[in-house]
Amino acid sequence: MADYKSLYQEVILDHNKKPRNYGVLEHASHHAVGHNPLCGDHISVALNFDRECIDCIAFQGESCAICKASASMMTAAIKGKSRADAEILIHEFLAMATGKLDLDSPNHIGRLAVFAGVCDLPTRVKCAILPWHTLHAAFNSVASTSTEADNDPMRAPIGNA
Amino acid sequence: MTAIQSALRSRSTSAPASTFDVERIRVDFPILALEVGGKPLVYLDNAASSQMPRQVIDRLVRYQATQHANINRAVHYLSETATSEYENARRRLQRFIGAREEREVIFTSGTTDAINLVMHGYGRKFIGAGDEIILSTLEHHSNIVPWQMLAEEKGATIRVVPINDAGELLIGEYEKLFNAHTKFVGVTHVSNALGTINPVKHMTAFAHARGVPVLVDGAQAAPHMKVDVQDLDCDFYAFSGHKLCGPTGIGILYGKAALLERMQPFKGGGDMILSVTFEQTTYNTIPHKFEAGTPPIAAAIGLGAAVDYLSAIGMEAIAAHELDLLDYATEQINGIPGVRIIGTAGKKAAVLSFTVDGVHPHDVGTLLNQEGVAVRTGHHCAQPVMQRFRVPATSRASFAFYNTLAEVDALIAGIRTVQKVFA
Repeated sequence: MADYKSLYQEVILDHNKKPRNYGVLEHASHHAVGHNPLCGDHISVALNFDRECIDCIAFQGESCAICKASASMMTAAIKGKSRADAEILIHEFLAMATGKLDLDSPNHIGRLAVFAGVCDLPTRVKCAILPWHTLHAAFNSVASTSTEADNDPMRAPIGNA
Repeated sequence: MTAIQSALRSRSTSAPASTFDVERIRVDFPILALEVGGKPLVYLDNAASSQMPRQVIDRLVRYQATQHANINRAVHYLSETATSEYENARRRLQRFIGAREEREVIFTSGTTDAINLVMHGYGRKFIGAGDEIILSTLEHHSNIVPWQMLAEEKGATIRVVPINDAGELLIGEYEKLFNAHTKFVGVTHVSNALGTINPVKHMTAFAHARGVPVLVDGAQAAPHMKVDVQDLDCDFYAFSGHKLCGPTGIGILYGKAALLERMQPFKGGGDMILSVTFEQTTYNTIPHKFEAGTPPIAAAIGLGAAVDYLSAIGMEAIAAHELDLLDYATEQINGIPGVRIIGTAGKKAAVLSFTVDGVHPHDVGTLLNQEGVAVRTGHHCAQPVMQRFRVPATSRASFAFYNTLAEVDALIAGIRTVQKVFA
């Protein structure tokens, strides 16, 4: 039996209550909106590059605690990273959320490991990964993404765009 | 003695509803003994699907083990037995809803299938360009989308009955929607998202006075109250088996015989014909005209056993117990600051939609599950209702006759835990 309690850890509750990088980013070079039609959650992610690295990033939206905390911690984690490094992290996070990442092997997950427990809650996986798919969509200038659309970039292999 | 035997006995001696013995009834439901994450299961998602008593499970097993063959076909023993049991189930359903004739009961795969049958069989034949269909804000998507598909195909228009802040239909506004173009009314008997019981008898009479037929979606009513289709006088009444202790994949459409006879078939195939040549096919009589192909025979027989089980307990006794649960839960939830009940109609079935301030319903649902409490979270396939109350989603506890006051206490304790986690 999964330990459901592990998902609602202090760090997730804290990021839900006080999300980092929450708001609108003026003149963003990359932007995307992510939507989960099953629960109505939606978030937008906007970012700017300074040369090779992500300089500014912000998100906004209506969502559950898992989704909001995931978005908040994602923005904190990828700020200052190159796009290539961010893509690696997206790939690793999605693998972790779906139970396909071996956390004992070398990875870049770090504090994001608090979301590892979500893989035992199939109905909540989408909540955790929506921000990451939206970030991926923003990189690729896909105006909007969804957890359900046929041309869903979320269903395509991530990280090789 | 099982609950059903006890209920049969108490009914035969006209025992009052106060003898309703929920603990004895619970023994009939094996699944209610489950534990979830080390806690006793508190199953409060009955509006989505109810659980099955051993009497129905046993009936399904007995059918498969000793009576199964295809129906309406062969002359051999098993085929005759299966056909006769299937038709017996139809008679059980006829009695359950008080239909005039058994041929007015059509087996469908569920409420959605039944509504689609009416849309194709009646709507596509009798509704055309410029015509208007009246639906209500409280409808489940399954009583909205088929009519939108029809409206788009035919160039018809959908008019919507609004609701007030309590989640009650504005009947004055409903009456104002009628005009010379009104050709059909589709309305839910009980709102799945809010629990509101709609005055469908009055609404039907009003429509009939203007020559307009009425379909009532009974998916959330038939499991919880005595339904008498002749008293309601509605033209169509639809509900699903799995919400009233029966199997999935079965439901019924009740329709007045005269209307069903005028309708065109929905699906073509075996059983729904009298004769077929490549030049012309003659359709079978009702109800067979609407039951193309091999039906879910076991499920229909299981549904027959389910309505027998419910009838033995008594729909009035079931409704009374569920009202006790609703009143108690409403009072308890109203006592928790920061929790808001969505849907406060004067007449409600045992459905409690609520929001917890500062906590998304999905988080409420996951944390309640941690306490063994199963509720539904989301938009309940009723997005227009959510839009009306300006919430993306709610948590919904929905009760059945096998739920207890102690389970309401578990729900309340769970909600307090949710608030503590998010404090």
